[in-house]
Amino acid sequence: MNPAGNEKIDQIFNAIYKEAEKRRNEFKEAAVPKIHIGMATCGIASGALETQKAFEEALDEYHIDARIHTVGCLGHCYAEPVVVIDHPDSGFPPIFYHEVNAGKAKMLVKLFLKEGDPRFEHVYGAMEENDLLPWVMEFTRFNREKRVVMEKCGYIDPEDIYDYIGEGGYSTFVKALKLSPDEIITEVQNSGLRGRGGAGFPTGKKWELAKNAGEQEKIVICNADEGDPGAYMDRTILESNPHQVIEGMAICAYAVGAKKAIIYVRAEYPLAVTIVTKAIRQATERGLLGKSVLGSAFDLEIDVFRGSGAFVCGEETALIRSIEGYRGMPRHRPPYPVQKGLWNMPTVINNVKTLASVPPILDHGAEWYREIGTQNTPGTAIFSVVGNVVHAGLVEIPMGVSLRTLIFDICGGIPNNKKFKAVQIGGPSGGCLNEDFLDTPIDFDSLTEAGAMMGSGGMVVMDEDTCMVEVSRYFLDFTQNESCGKCTFCRIGTYHLLKILKRLTRGEGEDGDIELLETLSKDIKAGSLCGLGKTAPNPVLTSIKYFREEYQAHIYEKRCPALMCRPMIAFYFDLDLCARGCDACATCCPVEAVFTTSNRKKGVDQELCVKCGECMVACPPEYDAVRKVSPPHLVPHIEKPPEKKKEG
Amino acid sequence: MNDELTPEEKEALTHVASKLESFEKQRGNLIPILQMVQETLAYLPTQAIKIVSEHLEIFESEVYGVATFYNQFRFHPPGKHPIKVCLGTACHVRGGDIILENFERKLDIHAGETTADREFSIEKVACVGCCALAPVAIIDETVHGHMAPSKVEGLLLRIEIEKQMEERAKIKDESGR
Repeated sequence: MNPAGNEKIDQIFNAIYKEAEKRRNEFKEAAVPKIHIGMATCGIASGALETQKAFEEALDEYHIDARIHTVGCLGHCYAEPVVVIDHPDSGFPPIFYHEVNAGKAKMLVKLFLKEGDPRFEHVYGAMEENDLLPWVMEFTRFNREKRVVMEKCGYIDPEDIYDYIGEGGYSTFVKALKLSPDEIITEVQNSGLRGRGGAGFPTGKKWELAKNAGEQEKIVICNADEGDPGAYMDRTILESNPHQVIEGMAICAYAVGAKKAIIYVRAEYPLAVTIVTKAIRQATERGLLGKSVLGSAFDLEIDVFRGSGAFVCGEETALIRSIEGYRGMPRHRPPYPVQKGLWNMPTVINNVKTLASVPPILDHGAEWYREIGTQNTPGTAIFSVVGNVVHAGLVEIPMGVSLRTLIFDICGGIPNNKKFKAVQIGGPSGGCLNEDFLDTPIDFDSLTEAGAMMGSGGMVVMDEDTCMVEVSRYFLDFTQNESCGKCTFCRIGTYHLLKILKRLTRGEGEDGDIELLETLSKDIKAGSLCGLGKTAPNPVLTSIKYFREEYQAHIYEKRCPALMCRPMIAFYFDLDLCARGCDACATCCPVEAVFTTSNRKKGVDQELCVKCGECMVACPPEYDAVRKVSPPHLVPHIEKPPEKKKEG
Repeated sequence: MNDELTPEEKEALTHVASKLESFEKQRGNLIPILQMVQETLAYLPTQAIKIVSEHLEIFESEVYGVATFYNQFRFHPPGKHPIKVCLGTACHVRGGDIILENFERKLDIHAGETTADREFSIEKVACVGCCALAPVAIIDETVHGHMAPSKVEGLLLRIEIEKQMEERAKIKDESGR
């Protein structure tokens, strides 16, 4: 790059930055309260739109001048809708409120904004250190995290490019434009960044291969086809901070010599599609994308392609077929996409998290990034921790943290005093690990060694009431459905695995089934082309390995030890505990299977019962009379009185 | 499959035909076109598949092959109140299948089908992204978290009551005039 060109780039960018800075200072210094509302899909699903409306109405009603700032997601899904209120005149620091519904919003406007009482009983914590309220960084859910990719998520408005630029956004891209492509690639290689899509291929290496793949035009694809049911970090990043991903893509495109880039995002994520499209438009309008970016010789056009929902399209060659307009079936590699990809052009495909990691790496330097995480896997990992866990949500931690720290310290452990049973990592391609693995450090290599995998970063925590056979059946149901049908072992093999597992959960298992599942699984792994088939049997294999006795109980005793497989359980009421005349269970039963005995207690008509467990929830805790047993024939017989005729 | 289109759908189909002109005749446009058709018609009727295949000059079977490969595309018209039951991992662990079963039992249709009066349709969806609210169901556009079998009945009853109230208001309006 010539110095004159660099000067021009700086000049153009500085003008944009000045505007962003002006807007940021204006907002920060305005002497009015600011209300930040988390508005990603999870927030909206929990009612953030109603909360916003309630704030607006209440501010109107009490004639209060305040700014509402819609931000992305902080990752604290258990607390949604999340609102941070910054009320400088009150003398309190910015306060984090959780589960703010419309009623709470109105109350906060009246009592906090108008009268200055922050309502301590509703305060979750303060966003800054202070003497009045506990600081959120004193909580393990906050302070054990290390945010690199999600640093700005939840603090900036994803629909306003100036919010991102004001916080230092795009300055790394400007820095990168002044470096040579080789310098960028070397820096990324030195950082040790590995692809966050699951396989963990070194990103710098991939870029280098693409760059050296000849003189022809290259393509960069951002893979946001997050198909794992239970992982949603890619969506959250795109919805909360799309510009960081775009900046990473732009740096990648400049480094490998691409003029065209595509974000492949699932059509099931309408909000992410809208926000990303808007972000691209804003960046193009300001000259950060498009023809001769910031006055340099570099051109870049970014398009959004909406994936139509096929799990296998997360595999790179299938994703390419899908963009080309065909059934998304993977093909044999080599040639790898970096040699021959979309429309036969060298193509770099990186995950959302990988690309979003690039700007912080170039900004702080490879050394800084290397210090986070472990030797072999530097950096952070983002997990969506869901299932039977207290503080569910997105967690970004340095690689190498143990599962125990993640599940018990950060996410608060298992609710309702239940015992931890297993954790399923990596979605349908991953494995179930039992408590022996709680001290395993989280990184690509140690998880693969344990039989699970990093995969998408979906993490489902299961308590003692979860049946591992049923969970395997669930995942197989998913992969069987999503198998593209190309390889016979995957197409027919998963079908038979599923058939056997279904039999087991119905109590029709036979001697030899476990061995058959194991052989079949190994054959599917060996006989499939792509990652889907190669990993589909993982949930079965790991659950047999670590929970074999559960499979045996299903087959030989026709019993589900976790009392989850519905054909193998039965409900009844303990008549010593059941309260005479109470109707709580009977009124909530969806199939009217609950009857009243001759002494006005309750019984279950086993013929009618669908085993939904609603009566168990409805039974008042002071009686706690509903019992579950497996196998079902253990249910005590309770006489059903003859039906009274409804006459007169 | 019922091939008859309603008058509204016929009109929407002509709309589709005119919108097609803005798409270049490239194979890469097939999926964006199908998405556009579904956004206009809410599903892909055979008639629409035919015009798409004519526009891109590829076989109908090829279009159908691609459309059926992806979960997004529907071949039956959805009900007036589409019900989507989340069967993502978190919802499954917390009993999402029980919720689905309750909807199926109450409406007497299976997932992927529409009731005869076209009022309701049930769909299974993978993760809608609010795992902390599991189990989740979406009716119309509203997300209902922490679902329970008794809530299923309540929600359907509410829609039924709202419908009756609307009808009554309509009758009142007409008689008042």
